[in-house]
Amino acid sequence: MQQQFDASKLGMWLFLATEILLFGVLFVGFGLSQGRWPEEFKQAHHHLDRVLGAFNTVVLLFSSFTMVMAVNSASRSKRKATINYLIVTILCAIAFLVVKYFEYSHKIHEGLLPGQYFTYLASTDPMAKGNSVFFGFYFMMTGLHGFHIFAGVVVLCLLLKETIKGKYNAAYYTPVDLVGLYWHIVDLIWIYLFPLLYLIG
Amino acid sequence: MQATHHDSHHHQHHGEHAHHPHDGFKQYLAVLGALLVLTMITVGASYLDFGAANIVIAVLIATVKASLVALFFMHLKDDNPVNAMILVSCFLFLGLLLTFCLLDIDTRVDESPTGKTPISAQGPPSLGREQTSTDAAPKPRPGWIDTHGGGGHGDGSSAAPAPAGQPQHAPAH
Repeated sequence: MQQQFDASKLGMWLFLATEILLFGVLFVGFGLSQGRWPEEFKQAHHHLDRVLGAFNTVVLLFSSFTMVMAVNSASRSKRKATINYLIVTILCAIAFLVVKYFEYSHKIHEGLLPGQYFTYLASTDPMAKGNSVFFGFYFMMTGLHGFHIFAGVVVLCLLLKETIKGKYNAAYYTPVDLVGLYWHIVDLIWIYLFPLLYLIG
Repeated sequence: MQATHHDSHHHQHHGEHAHHPHDGFKQYLAVLGALLVLTMITVGASYLDFGAANIVIAVLIATVKASLVALFFMHLKDDNPVNAMILVSCFLFLGLLLTFCLLDIDTRVDESPTGKTPISAQGPPSLGREQTSTDAAPKPRPGWIDTHGGGGHGDGSSAAPAPAGQPQHAPAH
């Protein structure tokens, strides 16, 4: 039983490795582009609201705490507590997505979508290219991350359903543990995304 | 002396054990607190300008936060070390990717005086660029590289094939 638990954990970690590499290439691409258009990136990142970004960071960190407590409660057969912690985690995730929605709609309204949709600066402006590239990375990276949050909400809801049914206890809580790992890696990626996009640019 | 030392050590160990697996609430709360404080520090630091160190500070703080999440929330602290190795090797390989990309880009920047157009086919600067490279390669003169800003910037690649014995990096200032 312990061996099965370890094996499934190892499998999850291998999946998480692919996630880190997936985001990692984007980070490397962002870094290299930042080296090529430093002024443009600095100018562009001022469009991001660091208060909203910081708020979302706090929300995600808190949700990581509630998630680890859900795992902890499940491992001690505390069904009620697990349910409560899972619900708080899901609410945090939804709050994150709502804030993201407002950020996105504001930026789309300003004409900050990348590529041909970038209308904030005239295409003849020498700064336009670098600004557009910044928002290409911004929407790609936060969009992919947002998708992971959304997927997390779906999985957490399934987990909640099973927990309510009483499927998990101290002897078997592998799914709770694995979803916890996934949730923490999504948080971990945001830990890097937030300063690099919102604070440094 | 020996006995007391052993005793205190044993006690400490025992205390740790009593805390750890059964009630993690306090420990997790402390980790959350540390993460929030670090977030405040990184946001606060972003209002100050440390120049090139900005990004180093941000990445360092982010890495401390990520380590806290991995060690405590993801249980790597007490987990099978193989899992930690997977995580660390991911970061090592990403570092390798970044290093080789930077090496590539840096040696390409050599070709353009502004450093803004690493890849060719960006128009006018090519005139000055061609002259620089043809001048620098066949007849390297001591001190030439240092008097011209563009040449000095890219001496990593243009200076390499020059014959040995030439004082390439003679400080001109």
